Amino acid sequence: MDSDEEKQPWIPLRQRPELSDVTPIPQDDGPNPIVPITYKDQFTETMDYFRALFHADERSPRALRLTTEAILLNPGNYTIWQFRRLILEALNVDLQTELGFTDAIAKSNSKNYQLWHHRRWLAEKLGTIATSKELEFTKKILSLDAKHYHAWSHRQWVLQALGGWEDELNYCHDLIEEDIYNNSAWNQRYFVITRCPILGGLIAMRESEVKYTVEAIITRPDNESSWRYLRGLYKDDNQSWVNDPQISSVCLKVLSTKTNSVFALSTLLDLISHGFQPNKELRDIVNAISFPESDSDLARTVCTVLEREDSIRADYWRWRKSKLSQAS
Amino acid sequence: MESEIPVPTVTEREQWMVENSVFQIYDHFVNSSRNVKTQLLKLRRDKHLEYLFGGLRHLGPSFCVLDANRPWLCYWILHSIALLGESLDSELERNTIDFLGRCQDQDGGFGGGPGQMPHLATTYAAVNSLITVGGHEALSSINRSTLYMFLQRMKQPSGGFRMHDGGEIDVRACYTAISIASILNILDDELVQNVGNYILSCQTYEGGIGGEPNTEAHGGYTFCGLATMILINEVHRLDLSRLIDWLVFRQGRECGFQGRTNKLVDGCYSFWQGGSFALLRRVGSFIDEQLVRPDNVGCCSTSTVSDIPEEGDLNASSHVNYNDIGHNFITTCPVMEHLFNSHALQQYILLCTQAQEGGLRDKPGKARDYYHTCYCLSGLSVCHYYRSEDEETPPPPSTMLGPYSNLLEPVHPIFNVILKKYYEAHEFFRSQ
Repeated sequence: MDSDEEKQPWIPLRQRPELSDVTPIPQDDGPNPIVPITYKDQFTETMDYFRALFHADERSPRALRLTTEAILLNPGNYTIWQFRRLILEALNVDLQTELGFTDAIAKSNSKNYQLWHHRRWLAEKLGTIATSKELEFTKKILSLDAKHYHAWSHRQWVLQALGGWEDELNYCHDLIEEDIYNNSAWNQRYFVITRCPILGGLIAMRESEVKYTVEAIITRPDNESSWRYLRGLYKDDNQSWVNDPQISSVCLKVLSTKTNSVFALSTLLDLISHGFQPNKELRDIVNAISFPESDSDLARTVCTVLEREDSIRADYWRWRKSKLSQAS
Repeated sequence: MESEIPVPTVTEREQWMVENSVFQIYDHFVNSSRNVKTQLLKLRRDKHLEYLFGGLRHLGPSFCVLDANRPWLCYWILHSIALLGESLDSELERNTIDFLGRCQDQDGGFGGGPGQMPHLATTYAAVNSLITVGGHEALSSINRSTLYMFLQRMKQPSGGFRMHDGGEIDVRACYTAISIASILNILDDELVQNVGNYILSCQTYEGGIGGEPNTEAHGGYTFCGLATMILINEVHRLDLSRLIDWLVFRQGRECGFQGRTNKLVDGCYSFWQGGSFALLRRVGSFIDEQLVRPDNVGCCSTSTVSDIPEEGDLNASSHVNYNDIGHNFITTCPVMEHLFNSHALQQYILLCTQAQEGGLRDKPGKARDYYHTCYCLSGLSVCHYYRSEDEETPPPPSTMLGPYSNLLEPVHPIFNVILKKYYEAHEFFRSQ
């Protein structure tokens, strides 16, 4: 939509020659509807004409134009979008133009399931010629809101269905550099290393990813995203998780700074409950943090510290402690 | 303080701004006199009801963008009114049944308004609204046989459901479909087929559940996925200890819940995350089992859990009756401790989400709306009954923050309908 078009005055539909043969169908709200909306005249009239063409199942150019107007008034109306898809198919419309229409909708409100579903439908029809455009489109949305759920979801679909993985790991890296706390970027990174066909999968990527993540943790030990990512690198492989010395080592490093220790302690607890045997250095540092409270059992001591330091989750840490005694 | 202060990122800046406004409110509270404190912690029932009843009777032109969500508006408002212990007069009840009847499609399901295509989410909202109204007229107005055909039509071979003809497939669709079918006593093998596999594929490395496979763990989808898995008797297939670990970390210094890691607090997650805790309380035995044998998670598709009747049981069937699960769930005494900070959450809801003029909101500075009113109040109800062994006994005052008059009606946390309305519907549809 260019701005000229927006400035044009709205012509009531009943005054348009192209719709003169259409009898509008009013909404059947009944005599005493609840949650009645005081529609503006333009909204009521547009929807009345839409209903008429929808009920007649008229898949025509004028019906397509009408859906454009109706969607602009309420992009959340899935019925209009679905009818529009039927019309687009019937008329064999150039789908590149249709991408432009969705661009315009996204500009005003991009947090809408219908828009993204429509976009996915379009890209699926267009096939790989849409790949770069779709990646650019999501990139643009993500540059405004880097955690946009629909945009990420669409981007993942594009990569899996159409390809374009080549730069994705770099893209994730750039976003993480920009905002290391951006969990959506970390999630995308996980998606890339586990799903990208040219990278070889989680196990092949693990070593370099652990290195990357440990660095991120050291930079910001209070960042939950990187800690969860680190744990995710050992998903379904608790043995390697416990045996990799880099994990206990990053815990130790963070604990030595004596600040932001919650994630390091919770990671350590996770390690111990999967069979990890902490060395003296780790024991000493936990005992020093826990002072004056201590317990001969290190996992219990960790829970005690967390109960104190992470008081909003005190009940959780108490529960974790109770489960330790059950298991042993 | 460190000598070298790094430039704050967008996440940090936004987080600090929210913390600042929330902590200002808490500071003001702490420094207030006892009387003022009591006033501040009071749930402003009359104001909220005024806002809710107002919306039932009239919505301004700005609601045009919700014109395809009118059953949702009904549900958000009616459920909020019911949580506050109020009911509609008989005329409003009749009008509700009549209006939702006009949203019901002749081929089954309910659309977003009269004449719109049926949609799973608005069907969920319409069904829950009619259950909230209750009574023979409301309950019998749901055409279950056509609704069943609609559900079948939405069912995908992958196990998921489409939201509507030609619509998107996601975890919401699974939850709304299974919730509707379960509460209406029409859930069967065919609808359940592969749903568990689909939900399982959406549990992420973080522990929570995303909207589709590979997407980020998210509070709304986590609730939907968890509730669905309970209703199809496959909750033990999720990695519950990772799920709990993710969930507890969603409650932050602001005392409310965020929806995703490193995102901002939002009142609606009081229910989406808080409600998940209410679900977990009653699946504690599976959690214990997983803690003992952590490496078995997710691998077995065949159920080994104790509440599946074994051969020789009363039903003489190795097959579970899906339609009893929701009922058995709520009548079973919870085995697990509470794992979130209920007082902190109540503090956030009461002090930060109540709008002066009535209605509840996402966070300070945001405008009230019916969605947030519904889910802030639903979350508050979960807090009130969180320690109770059964939801029918009024909770002790110690579980509540603020005056006891704040007490809300209990809900069935799987469906998020008022508990006594749930029981009425369960009886009604069981005898059909």
